[in-house]
Amino acid sequence: MKIAVLSGKGGTGKTLISTNLANVIKERKHVELLDCDVEEPNSSLFFNIKFEKEVKVNLDIPLVDNEICNKCGICAQKCQFGAINSFPTGTLVFETLCHGCSVCSDVCPVNAIKTEEKDIGIIKYGAYKNINFGEGVLNIGKPSGVKIIKKLKHFSKNLDIQILDSPPGASCSVVETLKNVDFALLVTEPTPFGLHDLKAVQEIVSLMEIEHAIVINKYESEYEYKEMNQFIKEKNLKVIQKIPFSNEIAKIYSKSELISENEKYKKIFEEIAEKVGVYNV
Amino acid sequence: MFKQIAVVSGKGGTGKTTLSASFIDLFNNSIGVDCDVDASNLFLLFDTKLEKQYDYYGGKKAVLNSEKCISCGKCKTLCKFEAITEKNSEFLIDEFSCEGCGRCVINCPVGAIELIDNRAGEYYKSSRENTFLIHANLEPGEETSGGLVAEVRKLANKIAKEENHEIVIIDGSPGIGCPATSSITGVSYVVIVTEPSISGIHDLKRIIDTAKHFKREFGIVINKYDINAENTKYIEDFCKNENIEILGKIPFDKNIMKATNEKNPITKYVSSSSKEILLISKKVLKIIRGEKN
Repeated sequence: MKIAVLSGKGGTGKTLISTNLANVIKERKHVELLDCDVEEPNSSLFFNIKFEKEVKVNLDIPLVDNEICNKCGICAQKCQFGAINSFPTGTLVFETLCHGCSVCSDVCPVNAIKTEEKDIGIIKYGAYKNINFGEGVLNIGKPSGVKIIKKLKHFSKNLDIQILDSPPGASCSVVETLKNVDFALLVTEPTPFGLHDLKAVQEIVSLMEIEHAIVINKYESEYEYKEMNQFIKEKNLKVIQKIPFSNEIAKIYSKSELISENEKYKKIFEEIAEKVGVYNV
Repeated sequence: MFKQIAVVSGKGGTGKTTLSASFIDLFNNSIGVDCDVDASNLFLLFDTKLEKQYDYYGGKKAVLNSEKCISCGKCKTLCKFEAITEKNSEFLIDEFSCEGCGRCVINCPVGAIELIDNRAGEYYKSSRENTFLIHANLEPGEETSGGLVAEVRKLANKIAKEENHEIVIIDGSPGIGCPATSSITGVSYVVIVTEPSISGIHDLKRIIDTAKHFKREFGIVINKYDINAENTKYIEDFCKNENIEILGKIPFDKNIMKATNEKNPITKYVSSSSKEILLISKKVLKIIRGEKN
């Protein structure tokens, strides 16, 4: 069973839930945790992970031989990303715009363009107790981590239980994280921001036909956010857990410690695991 | 000529929108632009009226005509994005995976695939008080968020020029990838918001490196600084060593949640955090006006 943890809005508690969920599941089952937030990966900070493998993730970047190039400009016409351009002095590649598709080398009439692999990031894999852990890290200045997420998922050992800590937002990298997952936990907070972004991710998981349920974080029992309740009712969504708004949780989290190590909070995550049905696999 | 200030953070949820909304509220002659296009929340804090809506076409998508397709499988072999799948020798293009490069189109022996324009979202010019707010909505799952960020900024800059605004406030995208870098390219000043958690510090270092990579001048705001005194001290020491300016420290303040829920910038309230934000805004104003402290 593959479970993605996502939220749309950043800072709502994706990593809090992913790491603590893995931490309680490991008591009973072997679990794999993949940090797919490759722009800002934080899950590994919560475990003392021994990384055993590191693999670079590469893109095929064009390499133009300007001795052969006749400056015809067909490559620039066919590139959909504006990543290559012909000037009277030669043809230039703008690496940060390049998606590594190889169209330019396909269309070059004089075979002046070869491709070479250049790394855009790295995948790390290791373990901590009963947790197999993988993360991707995008290099500074590189535009997109989608390929790193893809590679990370290929690279994983696909254990029976897998938790994927998703990037924020609702764009391509979130979709990549969600591919082939069985269940999505939508983490939200009871604010207009939380609701607005919940709607976006709920739309994605619906489009992708992924079973999903909601966890409300930073929940205050004396304050019911009516608009959110209304949305949940309208869409017929399941709320499977509410995590209280608490200074203590924020403090423990700020030290990169796991709140599920504290008996008081452990139950929160055990209940999520039960309700999602991870122990039935 | 107007100046552009970008508010970014690396880690999400540290307070970018809270701070951006405050700047927009405090700086009289400014225009706000929300560059977090796939989780755009800034407009929720203002009383706005939609003036104009624009379609955003970002990139293209490949479409396969199954009647022409001879199931040779060449497209699937060549696609670098694993966007083409085969089921019972019928080939399908997954629109979520397709990056619209056109390699399949160029190489299809029977011309069964074409690239079509892809409507990836929309963006809006909304009016409020004497100014405007520019915001956008990326279609869920789309990939050209950096492109949409560039579009909304272009529109904001155009209006700033026409209306003689002094400042464009950019509420940035989280992370360090294309939407985040598109939020900071060419700006006069970057305000980096962080929080004193180990995760916050980890992400702070990556966004600092990103700001340096793009050669932007920047300063740091520590939000919720009193949540972890030790980590705040660490950030202060780190900034001192690296010669990075700390613009201010905002205390943890429940009024921020109250303000958000009442859909107002925190600066509309008298509170511990709004006092500090006022001081920070004055500092930022001095910096971009080139005045000495």
